[in-house]
Amino acid sequence: MPTILVLATTADGAVDDISLQALTFGRRLATGGPVHALVVAGEPGAEGTPAEATAAGFGAYGAAQVHLARHPAFETFAPDAVAAVLADLAGRVAADAVVGPGTEAGNTVLARAAARDGQPFAANCIAATLGSPAQVTRQRWGGTLQEEAALHGDRAYVSVAPHAVAAEALDGSSAAVDAFTPDIADADLVVRVVDRVAAAASGISLAEAKVVVSGGRGVGSTDGFKPIEELASLLGAAVGCSRAVTISGWRSHVDQVGQTGTKIAPNLYIAAGISGATQHMAGAKGAKKILAINKDAEAPIMSAADYAVIGDLHQIVPAISAEIRRARGA
Amino acid sequence: MKVLVCIKSVPAVAGRITLTPDARAIDTKHLGFAIGPHEECAVEEAVRLIEAHGGEAVVLTLGPSTALEQLRDALALGVARAIHLVTDGQEWDPESTTAAIVEAIRADEAASGPFDLVLVGNEAGDSADYQVGVRIGRALGRPVVTAIKGLSVADGRARCEQEASGGRDVFELPLPAVVGVLEGINLPRFPSVPGRLRAKSKPVEASEPARPAQRLELQRLVVPQGAAKQAVVLGHGPDAAPAVVEVLSNLGVL
Amino acid sequence: MASFPTRAKVVVIGAGIVGNSVAYHLANLGWRDILLIDKGPLPNPGGSTGHASNFIYLVDHNKEMTQLTVESARQYQDWGVYTTCGGIEVARTETRMNELRRRMDSAKNWAIDDARLVTPAEIKELVPFIDESILVGGFYTPGVGVVDSLRFGTLCREKAEAMGALTVFANTEVTGLGVENERIRTVETSRGTVEADCVVIACGVWAPKIAEMAGSHIPLTPTVHQMADYGPVPLFEQSTKAIEYPIVRDMDVLMYERQDGVGLEVGSYAHRSILHDPEDIPSNEAAALSPTEFPFTQEDFDPQLEDALELMPSILGDERVGQKYAINGLIALTPDGMPLLGETPEVKGLWSAAAVWVKEGPAVGKCVAEWMVYGEPSIDVAQSDISRFHAHQKTRQHTKRRAFEAFPKTYGIVHPAEQYLSDRPLRRSPMYEWQAAHEAEFFEVAGWERPQWYRSNAPLVEKYGVETRPNEWDARWWSPIINAEHLAMREAAGIFDLSAFAIFDIVGPGALERAQRVALRQMDVPVGKVVYTPVLSEVGGFKSDLTIMRLGERVFRVVTGGAHGMSDLKWFRDHLADDASLVDQTTAFTTIGVWGPRARDIVQSITRADMSHEGFPFGTCRTVEIGSQLVLASRISYVGDLGWELYVPMEQGLRLWEELWAAGEPHGLTACGIGVYGTTGRLEKGYRAYGMELDGDYTIVEAGMVPARIKAQDYVGREAVLRQIAEPPAALLCTLTVDDHTSPSSGEKRYPLGRQPIVLADGTPLTDAKGRRSYATSAGASPSTGSYILFAYLPPDQAVEGNQLFVEYFGERYPVTVRVVGARPLFDPENLRVRGITEAVVA
Repeated sequence: MPTILVLATTADGAVDDISLQALTFGRRLATGGPVHALVVAGEPGAEGTPAEATAAGFGAYGAAQVHLARHPAFETFAPDAVAAVLADLAGRVAADAVVGPGTEAGNTVLARAAARDGQPFAANCIAATLGSPAQVTRQRWGGTLQEEAALHGDRAYVSVAPHAVAAEALDGSSAAVDAFTPDIADADLVVRVVDRVAAAASGISLAEAKVVVSGGRGVGSTDGFKPIEELASLLGAAVGCSRAVTISGWRSHVDQVGQTGTKIAPNLYIAAGISGATQHMAGAKGAKKILAINKDAEAPIMSAADYAVIGDLHQIVPAISAEIRRARGA
Repeated sequence: MKVLVCIKSVPAVAGRITLTPDARAIDTKHLGFAIGPHEECAVEEAVRLIEAHGGEAVVLTLGPSTALEQLRDALALGVARAIHLVTDGQEWDPESTTAAIVEAIRADEAASGPFDLVLVGNEAGDSADYQVGVRIGRALGRPVVTAIKGLSVADGRARCEQEASGGRDVFELPLPAVVGVLEGINLPRFPSVPGRLRAKSKPVEASEPARPAQRLELQRLVVPQGAAKQAVVLGHGPDAAPAVVEVLSNLGVL
Repeated sequence: MASFPTRAKVVVIGAGIVGNSVAYHLANLGWRDILLIDKGPLPNPGGSTGHASNFIYLVDHNKEMTQLTVESARQYQDWGVYTTCGGIEVARTETRMNELRRRMDSAKNWAIDDARLVTPAEIKELVPFIDESILVGGFYTPGVGVVDSLRFGTLCREKAEAMGALTVFANTEVTGLGVENERIRTVETSRGTVEADCVVIACGVWAPKIAEMAGSHIPLTPTVHQMADYGPVPLFEQSTKAIEYPIVRDMDVLMYERQDGVGLEVGSYAHRSILHDPEDIPSNEAAALSPTEFPFTQEDFDPQLEDALELMPSILGDERVGQKYAINGLIALTPDGMPLLGETPEVKGLWSAAAVWVKEGPAVGKCVAEWMVYGEPSIDVAQSDISRFHAHQKTRQHTKRRAFEAFPKTYGIVHPAEQYLSDRPLRRSPMYEWQAAHEAEFFEVAGWERPQWYRSNAPLVEKYGVETRPNEWDARWWSPIINAEHLAMREAAGIFDLSAFAIFDIVGPGALERAQRVALRQMDVPVGKVVYTPVLSEVGGFKSDLTIMRLGERVFRVVTGGAHGMSDLKWFRDHLADDASLVDQTTAFTTIGVWGPRARDIVQSITRADMSHEGFPFGTCRTVEIGSQLVLASRISYVGDLGWELYVPMEQGLRLWEELWAAGEPHGLTACGIGVYGTTGRLEKGYRAYGMELDGDYTIVEAGMVPARIKAQDYVGREAVLRQIAEPPAALLCTLTVDDHTSPSSGEKRYPLGRQPIVLADGTPLTDAKGRRSYATSAGASPSTGSYILFAYLPPDQAVEGNQLFVEYFGERYPVTVRVVGARPLFDPENLRVRGITEAVVA
């Protein structure tokens, strides 16, 4: 039975759901074999660093052994240092596969660890089976295309595409936590976060917004976004846009929803004048409900939307704002 | 300074993706090709660095002969010369891509001096492997950062910014270094006519590296069949507003 | 959404500029139950309309195209979607400047009176961002404009829907067409099957594919036209409207540049011809942009960029101005460059409205609708009639080869006699090898290779002292040998290959009635009579002119020109009933003409039949034995001389030709080309030609072709003819001759080639009471009289014999005299020669 090592990441000291998904994925890959998890942490009590209990929390998702690597260097993100510990641990536990979350941080650490280990790495997998070679199914083009590939190596490095599996706790499962202090070479600390600058207060973050109102090519101009901004402000929503809009220079890329922009997961996504090109929908897949406003009743977005209003967004969006005001005034 | 920017020529997909009969590639009969979105910004970033600091920007691609068009696009934007590692059109996995690029970098550096920066797209627009930049850095022994949306160079160091919740994380790397760029770091310019005409006479150095055995071996592609929904039409035109507000209310977002 | 109908009066396929316009005009003319479908979304379903540059240049050398464009501009203006910005065609070379002077001739012909030539300094004033130092001059049309073709289409639909006449279904793909008894019955679509009386295929580049579903042919090929948008242009940022500066056509490099908001759109016809098949066009879903916007191929465009940069350095040389959007847009090209309009000849009720540009769209919509509703459009679109094609012209390969050749000529300087060179030879007469051996210079008509003249006749030029033409343009596609062959024919005899004739028989108990119905002249004639007759439309315009032989009580043989033969065939077929049928004999027979004072001697020497004037009178036909062949001989002449048209099976043609040639040698028989038959011979005999003098715009009264007696039997156009006769003519067809060929500027002798304005001494054009301009409908030498003839319709007050007028040629005026008003020939006015009497003329 294979041995699996999972890179478990934390955010502000708390368990990251995406890591639980990776752990669930890894556990299934182990098919009953031992599952290890690596958690990196700064000095106990340091701001934003996970506590031992947090690390132990991964046990509930099937990690039999949690390795808690404590080092002051881990108080900020140092991807080479994490990768060094990960690759070293993979060797120590003789892992057949190293699994991690398919986030920017997860992918960069896994890539670095695989490179150190001289192994291939498959990013953003949605399925895998071990063997010689290992088989993976991974996402391309933001998930609009899937690749089935063989991974020829001594150890399979895979990252798990977000939401490819749901995190699933295992009844009565708990983990032993092995805290240790790794040796970290100076060379592995060249790349590390040395500062954090606050973002200019720019309203609601697109990635975290509960409601997003977006405009596409159909909006037509920078000024055309005013009614969309108005509706967003009424709903406490973030404003988004499609790539056509950013390329035209109507809005900053910060607002772009899509494969190469922000991936959003709101409760409601209102897409106005957006046809629903693959590049855009790759970023909007996380939305729970989609309302499309489009003059074309058969635009591609209609097969992804829950609700639709057919017609000119320049008339419809202000009418919705007016109706909300009326409803609230009553 | 000297900057290398690595680009990939990817199909300009917008509508439904169709595959070749062997399902090993996208059918590009009706499609054009473009520089991947992240790399487009990397090219712009390279050109801006050279405009600010002087020196030379070089563009490199590993791809079929048709990728020459994307090299010309980069040359039109102000890149000085191009290196084309010509393939037969088959995909190269990340490790073999890295090996070919590293070999080309070493050869170029031996001939005309080291690159201060190697810029790559954070991940390829099509295969999205998330590792070629990291592997190049590892192979050359140079620091690598990924997911970068802000870049400046001063006193032999690169200041690289990465979006993080509530702000931006800052890395400071000694040069030479490798930087994986994300779209949005800048708004790329469009090629001017004089730029386009200058591009025609800029040098493109072509070679044909041998494709080694693939360790991430593509077997076939699948277009996932998403459960197509049929949207409930709430109405036509502004008259639909009350119905929309009712839905908003039911969803609890009002 | 309403449910998809199961029945409609008419289904219009394609919601681009053409389909929308057809639907609207049908509704406007009173039709109801119109169903408009498109496989793409609205308002831009993804066809060529969606990426059109949308500008309207008004002046074309071709009358039909200009009329369609002017009418379209009027409709766009009426609906407020026309922005007038002016347009300048600029010349970088003197050769092009000459072409622009010729454009002025056409502007005058078609009454586009605000057009004028401008100097480089004037161009600079109109277009401040141009480098005028590389220009020789320009042709400026202030009325040129840009239209919103998508908005026009939307208005068409809205208006027709408001009339309760139209139902529209987007995203509805045609999957099949149902045909029964050669008539359209159903349209099968992705939403279901709909029965229809009529179907209009208005889906541009997809039209061939749809037509094939019904076994019909719409011969066009999708062709790439490259366009790119550059911006933002600092100068345009102050503009208050989308276009403030005139559109520039840089004719010498086959490009155009126009403002579009803050951008400059650059279009090119200079790149290689890039042809596609309709099957190559992706679906809306699979297309990256729209289905007809193919990925831009930069390497094809790069060479053109240098030309554009040279003309507009202040914009395109600006490093801040970038290439923002660029496409390989698909447009539709046809084998002869004209649109494809009308009912398809293969399937009744199946109409084509394809290969139409935005500048013609609204007028085409109107014409096709009128054609469907009334049977005749208000603009004569004969040259666009889809029934014009011979079989080979309907093939993909021929269409592509011709489109490949024609594409680079989109902005080219095309000589009026210019020959296509591709896909030849295709149809070879039995005499082809003989003619090639005698150094024939072949011109092509309807695929046939026809000798225009024989280089082997060059010695005759010296013999007759024929003058050559000093100007290269005048002498292009021409030879003095034509005039020499003409004189040899008049002196002795000439032999002509007329294999290209279209021939069809009307057979059956109702043959007489059917022939009667189509022909203006009396067809109830004895068997063996040959009748030359105009064919008219219901409104009294010319549809054709041709000869009909009565071969039997129930057999009539129609003989007409090859170029127009297939349209005539459809016209006759459309006017048949069950009591008669039509048999196409075009390729069954070859026709050999022998004419001249010695023609009778020649033919008589090899036949035992009586070929004397009394034994074989003019205007009769009968079968005679010549050697081992039975030959149908018809004593008529289009060159106005004694002789016969001789009809034999195609495979025996060479044998007859050789026997005539051998018999003719002692009599001085000369092989003559179509240069004599079509121009010199006919003009000096005052014979009119369909497509030249005779078209839908003029009447038999104006053309001087009113028969002595209007036949009592009903025929198409009879009521109109009675009306025309009752009112004074607005113009009369006259024969004019050029008094002095000397160019006022160069001193060179010039020879107008036709389609030049006839003007007063001060250049004022002549306009008749119907608003039509006087122009030379035909032009050519009269070698027998030593003069140079122009035919022209003149207003009655100018149609006075001896009246001096002027012809304007490349902007210069040459004195002409009105020699004949009406049909009397300039040469042999008593028509003695066809009777075999030459002495009177010679003396």
